[in-house]
Amino acid sequence: MDYVLIIVIEMLRAISWLVLLASGLAIIFGMMRVINFAHGEFLMLGGYITIMSHNAGVNLWIAMLVLAPLCVGIFGILVERFIIRFLYGRILDSLLATWGLSLLMVGGVTLVFGNTVQGVSTPLGGVSIGAYQVPFYNFVLIGFAAVLMLAIWSVLKFTKAGLIARATMQNPDMAETLGIRTSWVYMATFGIGSAVTGLAGGLLAPLTGVVPSMGVNFVGQSFITVITGGASMIAGTLSASTLLGTISQGMTFLTGPVYGDAALLLTALVLLRVLPQGITGRIFKKSL
Amino acid sequence: MTKLNRRGFLLASGATAATLSAPSILRAAADTIKVGGLHDLSGPLDASGIPMNQVLKLAIDEVNATGGLLGKEVEAVIYDPQSNMSLYSQYATQMALKDRVAVVQGGITSASRETIRPIFHRYQTLYFYNTLYEGGVCDRNEITLGTTPAQTVEQLIPHAMNLWGKKVYTIAADYNYGHITAAWVKRYVEANGGEVLETEFFPLDVTQFGSTISKIQAAKPDLVLSALVGTAHLGFYRQWAASGMKAEIPIASTTFAAGGTDAVILTPEEGNGILTSYGYYTSIDNPTNAAFKAKVKEAYPDDTPILSELSEVTWEGIMVWADAVRTAGSLDREALLEVMESGKSYDMPAGKVSIDPKTHHAIRDVYLAELQDQEFIIKETFPQVQPKDTQMVCNLEETPDANVHHEISLN
Repeated sequence: MDYVLIIVIEMLRAISWLVLLASGLAIIFGMMRVINFAHGEFLMLGGYITIMSHNAGVNLWIAMLVLAPLCVGIFGILVERFIIRFLYGRILDSLLATWGLSLLMVGGVTLVFGNTVQGVSTPLGGVSIGAYQVPFYNFVLIGFAAVLMLAIWSVLKFTKAGLIARATMQNPDMAETLGIRTSWVYMATFGIGSAVTGLAGGLLAPLTGVVPSMGVNFVGQSFITVITGGASMIAGTLSASTLLGTISQGMTFLTGPVYGDAALLLTALVLLRVLPQGITGRIFKKSL
Repeated sequence: MTKLNRRGFLLASGATAATLSAPSILRAAADTIKVGGLHDLSGPLDASGIPMNQVLKLAIDEVNATGGLLGKEVEAVIYDPQSNMSLYSQYATQMALKDRVAVVQGGITSASRETIRPIFHRYQTLYFYNTLYEGGVCDRNEITLGTTPAQTVEQLIPHAMNLWGKKVYTIAADYNYGHITAAWVKRYVEANGGEVLETEFFPLDVTQFGSTISKIQAAKPDLVLSALVGTAHLGFYRQWAASGMKAEIPIASTTFAAGGTDAVILTPEEGNGILTSYGYYTSIDNPTNAAFKAKVKEAYPDDTPILSELSEVTWEGIMVWADAVRTAGSLDREALLEVMESGKSYDMPAGKVSIDPKTHHAIRDVYLAELQDQEFIIKETFPQVQPKDTQMVCNLEETPDANVHHEISLN
């Protein structure tokens, strides 16, 4: 019985994990059709900001939840202004440019901070469930994923900014005719997407080794989740994360991590063969 | 006196002009002895490669400071393969054919070694591989000074089992090093009357270990044996501590902090108590090591490398080679190999090292140490351990032309 509970928690944790990893990318991709290949390095930057400010004496939660999203968000806006905005509608060119950016960021961070910095321990310790112990931090991840999804949904649904964003997403030319300055919308979207990625990077820092080359470990999962989910930001991210997280963790429990990874890839492969536009290209079409 | 005709004059002046206009590098070749250094100085492996390269340069300076070799200065030829195998093969070929280096030190992963080893074998460029690895290289042209599983795992397992118990749960990286090491672990655990409850393999990009940690809790082993590799896998130790398991089940590892940096990236609360076994630790207490550490500190006061078996063995690579050149009085590969095969022993920071003529692997002291506050504390020393795994499959005295990497099968 305890074991079943542990498995459920672990699956929820895996789903939340994918939600956090992919949200920032989904916002940018869903809204602007720009593929940010430096996504993994944005995560890394969030992680570095967290551990560097924590090592400098800042409270871990402030570093993780305020500084990391803030700094990466500002960085994202600069990237949009200096690189991305010249490349709208040129998917391949933006792919190449952001890939170059990712190499530059790895090199830059190595140069500035070095590649061996003491990380931070996971806060909050363990919690016993029957005969088992799980990190309490798991529940923090699950909570943040839920809050994040809810926040994005509320903003899009109930605020004027959300309305403008949706209008720009649906028909940029019409939105422009109605007096919306779409280039500012894009800039803000890229900034917010980057900030969400920075937050994910901050939350990630106490769970893994933070080194300049860490981005590559996360970029694959993030892209698979976003592409499998399709164009809708929330429904797509949620449905793809749930499906992929459940299947990969289920397989990991049953057999081991090698087959867990393989199951995730196989599911994504089959889904994209059947639904080339992603899950929300066919189902939940009208959702956000 | 010979009569100076027109043709003779042209020939003579042409030759002089050719000599004068030859690129300076070609003329310099006669004045210096070149040593190739091939370590990843950028990309994911740079945390291991940069300290190795720093120590390589320091060792070359040391050789020059003690008079150079054969009356010439030693010059380093260094390329950065950027953790990229195609650059490894390109630079290896360039070193052998264009730079014509006397010896090459380098390669970090087994993949990089198996890329460049055959190239140096073909062009008969003497090659030193200075990394701990899974064992099994049989090539007379390569001197392998790092430890193999038969040297370290064989000490680590019985010690850990004596301390903690007989039931072992193995977690290992999913590539040839992890699989071969897991097989050795199983063999030694069973030889000591224990049992491997489960062996799990992890692709190198796995960062989430929650399910595995739950499975380990369900299996209730006496100890966890980790052969995890790379920075993604560091997450295991972090998440293990976070779930409160660190106080319950101890960890021994064949890979943790092999390059030195893991011990610093983890906080003391996460890393304390991890048991490892390598051929070198900075805490080894002998005068050679004290002098070595002082030299490193003096040469790199600001960017002092974190020393590990990888970087210390790179020092050994240069010193063993330089000693052979001085003894043989030449750079001839055959003469140098004969000196190194003669069973000489060398006084190194890691202790006494000699070269096994049958396998060209090192016979060396092996240590067992526990991490406390980011420093390894030596618990036990095993003098002069033989590379038994490679000795099972390789005998260069019988097959001097061998050019293979045996996958040592334990089944």
